[in-house]
Amino acid sequence: MSDPRFIKVNPPEGYEGAGFFATSFDKVVGLARKNSIWPLPFATSCCGIEFMATMGANYDLGRFGAERLSFSPRQADLLMVMGTIAKKMAPVVQEVYAQMAEPRWVLAVGACASSGGIFDTYSVLQGIDRIVPVDVYVPGCPPRPEQIIDGFMKIQELVGKESLRRRYSEQYRELMKAYKI
Amino acid sequence: MDSETIIGTLREQFGDAVLETNAAADILTVTVRRDFLHEIMAFLKNHELMGFSFLTDLTGIHYPDSELPFGVVYHLHQFVENKRLRIKTFLPGDDPSVKTLTDLYPGANWMERETYDFYGIIFTGHPNLKRILNVDYMDYFPMRKEYPLEDQTREDKDDRYFGR
Repeated sequence: MSDPRFIKVNPPEGYEGAGFFATSFDKVVGLARKNSIWPLPFATSCCGIEFMATMGANYDLGRFGAERLSFSPRQADLLMVMGTIAKKMAPVVQEVYAQMAEPRWVLAVGACASSGGIFDTYSVLQGIDRIVPVDVYVPGCPPRPEQIIDGFMKIQELVGKESLRRRYSEQYRELMKAYKI
Repeated sequence: MDSETIIGTLREQFGDAVLETNAAADILTVTVRRDFLHEIMAFLKNHELMGFSFLTDLTGIHYPDSELPFGVVYHLHQFVENKRLRIKTFLPGDDPSVKTLTDLYPGANWMERETYDFYGIIFTGHPNLKRILNVDYMDYFPMRKEYPLEDQTREDKDDRYFGR
């Protein structure tokens, strides 16, 4: 596998010997998860257009294991909110998040999803973190595909390192309760 | 049918109910008293000479310093001669209500709901006058001048840098 066209995934830390390799279960699961994230694109405006470029051949998010977009929240791992979320749309975003199976992550792409952006107005939700917990924020208005990929790689990092017990922790339950999910 | 004919016919039919006419601008504008609005609109739609069969748009205005602070503007279109007409009516602040046009133009239904949603103008007789664009739990009318445009819950903005 020394062909530079193929990038292999490095194995996690562990003990290696003749004919065996041992590591923790967390790391193996994390490795598998982070390299096959199924994103659900929730694209409402121009950030969504940048996402289309990100999925296109030039940038190709598929290189990071996200080839398969999931248009059903039931099978998605990552909710990518890209664009302005109006207050009227907020319950919809929350419902989509609630329908996703654990473990689930959220990426807020662009200024509007992160903070309301330029739309400091009565009708726009001032950041999706008011209705769902956000893992990574991508700044920009709109962000370039490189930035979206950077945000996605940050998500991958989080996914890879997450403890298998986190979603059962009291802390996590409190977090969900705080968002009334 | 030119502007003078329309103005003349309206004045002849409704007299004092026609408060003001302005043919100088792009579209002939007629300001009418609100209690005669429905009657005048029905006349404009149904009279054989007029035939303004299409309600292009309907919206509100708010001039907080004026004696009658709320306004409703109707845009009519007559297809036969491609003639447009603007009707305005002004309402007092303590009773911003006007008769609905939904019985004449079914298309007025959502437009009146929108006007109610943003200005709080009551269209009496409307079959379903509730918010249409804003969230249901909104407790004010955002296009009225006394309410600020900005979302009041935002915490990350320092007022000093935004001139407030």
